[in-house]
Amino acid sequence: MSVRTVTVRVNGVVRTEDAWDHTTLAEHLRTGLRLTGTHVGCGTGDCGACVVLLDGEPVCSCLVLAVQADGREISTVEGVAGGGDLTRAQRALIEEHGLQCGFCTPGLVVRMAHAAGRGGSEADVLAGHLCRCTGYDGIRAALRKLSGGSGGDR
Amino acid sequence: MTAVAFDYTAPTTVDEALRTLHSPGLTVTPLAGGQSLLPLLTRREVRPDLVVDLNGIPGLAGIEVSPHRVRIGAMTRLRDLEQHAELATALPVLASAAASVAHPHIRGRSTLGGSLCHAAPAAELPAVAVALGADVVLRSVRGARSVPAARFATGAGATVRAPDEVLTEVVFPRADGLAYEFSELGTRGSTGYPVVGVCLGLHVADGLVRAARVVVAGCGPVPVRLPGVEAELADRPVAGPHRGLVASVAAEVARGPGPEDQEYRTEAAGVLLLRALTARAAREGR
Repeated sequence: MSVRTVTVRVNGVVRTEDAWDHTTLAEHLRTGLRLTGTHVGCGTGDCGACVVLLDGEPVCSCLVLAVQADGREISTVEGVAGGGDLTRAQRALIEEHGLQCGFCTPGLVVRMAHAAGRGGSEADVLAGHLCRCTGYDGIRAALRKLSGGSGGDR
Repeated sequence: MTAVAFDYTAPTTVDEALRTLHSPGLTVTPLAGGQSLLPLLTRREVRPDLVVDLNGIPGLAGIEVSPHRVRIGAMTRLRDLEQHAELATALPVLASAAASVAHPHIRGRSTLGGSLCHAAPAAELPAVAVALGADVVLRSVRGARSVPAARFATGAGATVRAPDEVLTEVVFPRADGLAYEFSELGTRGSTGYPVVGVCLGLHVADGLVRAARVVVAGCGPVPVRLPGVEAELADRPVAGPHRGLVASVAAEVARGPGPEDQEYRTEAAGVLLLRALTARAAREGR
């Protein structure tokens, strides 16, 4: 068991912090880098709350070790919108009531930002994201709104 | 959840990985995509002293299609199996089975070799490897050996891989004249494994089944081939009638050990097989 220095570029900022060999990327983001927007639900890849972009690809940050992210680029929910504005996905989720407790929302926002303009199906975007509040109706309405549909009947 | 403490090393060549894995007295685990290993670590179901990360080794990933076989590096991601144009033509069943695994975040990281070594009873790719007659290549400091996929898994989560061996590649033959497809019963897009999966290979001529290969997964600890059912299908019209087929699947599977709900699972496997035959008959226009 040892500590090593992990350098990542997260949301455009280079951050260097120590991490244990056995620390997951999710834990490192939250406790090492104090980026607590990334939530940890199950810790086993089922719920999708911890999804971040690693070199541009969505991953469950609970299933990657912090040391494996050394030298790589990460985008978290804190970074998707850039200068303080909300993304279209975030606005759509609010307008369509796509969140209640908000625990799953960070992973979904990252996933929706990644999916924007890639033409994946609704089922594809929602796969691997569990929401226990909304019954998905509001989230699906937000997705339809993003893809140019009229949103939901809410 | 915090994993039990372990040491981590990331070799950059296969030889270096093999030397590191050969550490008598230490519990050592290779790390491939990590999508099954990380949950085991954080749930503390495995407690290695040392984790050897294979992700930094060039040459362990890649798909090489040649006329008689397809070689796939163990560290090839499932997303690459899904999206590889040549593979989609050469062995489309591998692409479609890979696309059935879990959800996109998982498929972007998880690997063919990791899936075979994890040896989950109902997993998609081990069943397809058995059906296609693939060979699994293992390397260690002692040398290399090749094991047929059908003899690789020995039980749920258990394989013939020695602790210091690395699965380096899987070799799939592609010249047996059968067209394969994979279907499963499960929750689409969820992380979990399907309830059951069926890989069906068929050679159909003039509406008759000339040769069949049937492998079911999820009805016992390892995927199994059903030669009895294959023989029953031979020379039968692909469109059926397939009376008694579901019962034949159940009878043949029940000869081995299985989970408590084996009866339900084998019936589901039989129904998947029937549906696959019906779909094939429709494509044949019969």
